[in-house]
Amino acid sequence: MTKKVTLMRISTITYTIGQGIKNIWRNKMFSLASIATMSACIFMFGLFFSVVENFQAMVKEAESGVAITVLFDDGITDEQIEAIGEEISKRPEVSEYEYTSAEQAWEEFKADYFGDHQELAEGFADDNPLADSASYSIYMNDISMQSTLVSFLEDLDGVREVRKSEVAANTLSDFNKLIGYISAGIILILILVAIFLISNTVNTGIAVRKEEIAIMKLIGAGDMFVRGPFVIEGLLIGLIGAVIPLAILYVLYGKVIVYITEKFSLLGNLFNFLSVQEVFKTLIPVALVLGVGIGFVGSQITIRKHLKV
Amino acid sequence: MISLEHVSKSYTAGIPALNDVNMEIEDGEFVFIMGDSGSGKSTLIKILLKELEPSEGKVTVNNFNLARVRRRSIPKFRRNIGVVFQDFRLLKDRNIYDNVAFAMKVVGAPTREIKKKVPMMLSLVGLAAKYKSFPRQLSGGEQQRVAIARALVNEPKILLADEPTGNLDANNAWEIMRLLEEINRRGTTVLVVTHNTEIVNAMNKRVITIKKGVLVSDEKGDTYED
Repeated sequence: MTKKVTLMRISTITYTIGQGIKNIWRNKMFSLASIATMSACIFMFGLFFSVVENFQAMVKEAESGVAITVLFDDGITDEQIEAIGEEISKRPEVSEYEYTSAEQAWEEFKADYFGDHQELAEGFADDNPLADSASYSIYMNDISMQSTLVSFLEDLDGVREVRKSEVAANTLSDFNKLIGYISAGIILILILVAIFLISNTVNTGIAVRKEEIAIMKLIGAGDMFVRGPFVIEGLLIGLIGAVIPLAILYVLYGKVIVYITEKFSLLGNLFNFLSVQEVFKTLIPVALVLGVGIGFVGSQITIRKHLKV
Repeated sequence: MISLEHVSKSYTAGIPALNDVNMEIEDGEFVFIMGDSGSGKSTLIKILLKELEPSEGKVTVNNFNLARVRRRSIPKFRRNIGVVFQDFRLLKDRNIYDNVAFAMKVVGAPTREIKKKVPMMLSLVGLAAKYKSFPRQLSGGEQQRVAIARALVNEPKILLADEPTGNLDANNAWEIMRLLEEINRRGTTVLVVTHNTEIVNAMNKRVITIKKGVLVSDEKGDTYED
């Protein structure tokens, strides 16, 4: 009995998929138009996604370059400094922090300032002029949390001063938000356009086959049997409409990156673009889910409207 | 078995399409339902298929009380009734084998059974050799025979034929009627809606006549006079 049921299902599934493909074929012009527009939408989405991903990577890179410097009270002990380090390490918004001792600070300063003329610094040999400049440099993973972290640090015992760059932090976190809003807005519009298109295509398919559907129902075809092919039609259009632009974007992305790095070597030096793999690791599943999802929703809307048994 | 008890159907305005109709059709009967266009025949068929709800009265088909059949069970209910139409209603994009097979796919029959049964049905209606033809390549009579094969392939208890000879010439019409008679002999209840008096008068079957929504006569071996 169980075996029989499974067999029946498989033959129904093959039928449904076969009919879905036939629907697309019978309805060539409309399917093609749908796939083309869908491809355009997903292409735009992919383009946008790639740019945003790169921008965000740039912002992240810039963010991680902005450091907060914590300076200590005079005569602080090593134990106290260590305790402060421990407090810092507990904060979730801190991605990295490093300790610079007064001696290291002086060495770095000497290297920067005196360059090849180290003998000029000899006079300071036993009397470090930067004796009070031991410090922690803190790098954050979320720059918008900077003010919270700063006020926390200022309240710690043994902290003399916290140096930060307010302007850089604000600009970066605003920029990040702006990118988020714009991408959400554009993606929403694209999704709506695509849903409308697919729903239109399925609608035409249903209109053309009104008679056929009426016959199916009179013979006693169940809801799923009548609807299935139209759902498959929508899903397939969505899938094809996602795969085509993904392939184009994949080829295009690599070429554009090479072009930009060669033509504008300055930009290339300033920032490392994300590799094709890095971008597509997220873009492929997102675009496929988007395509298939839009196809499903689009066909469902029309079917619900027209196929009440 | 089909039974109608005090069935009426009114559309929004005007004279009711059906007015207090009572009838009972036993299993294995062959019944003609006669009436001019506008008599209420089409409404009656739609009610029997649960395409329409009656405004009043009780309809029972194959022990299904139609008022109790839920929307989602309608497909299951309809599988017990084979239907044939005046305009054949074949799927034009498929050959006749696929047209008949389609009715079996709808009910989820296994492929093995479809392959066995469809040729059987096509030879019953005398079209086994033309199984690859498309509906447009067949004459009206042949198309109607395909429609009958499709209606019968799932072995329904009732065959409902709505003006099955309406689009056919006399010869083809008679062939279809003989086929329906043969099907009835094999045990299927056959209900033929028609206004072809010549055929009805010649066949000597039970005849139910409807005029303006009212059942005016119901007699065995009746002849129809206008």
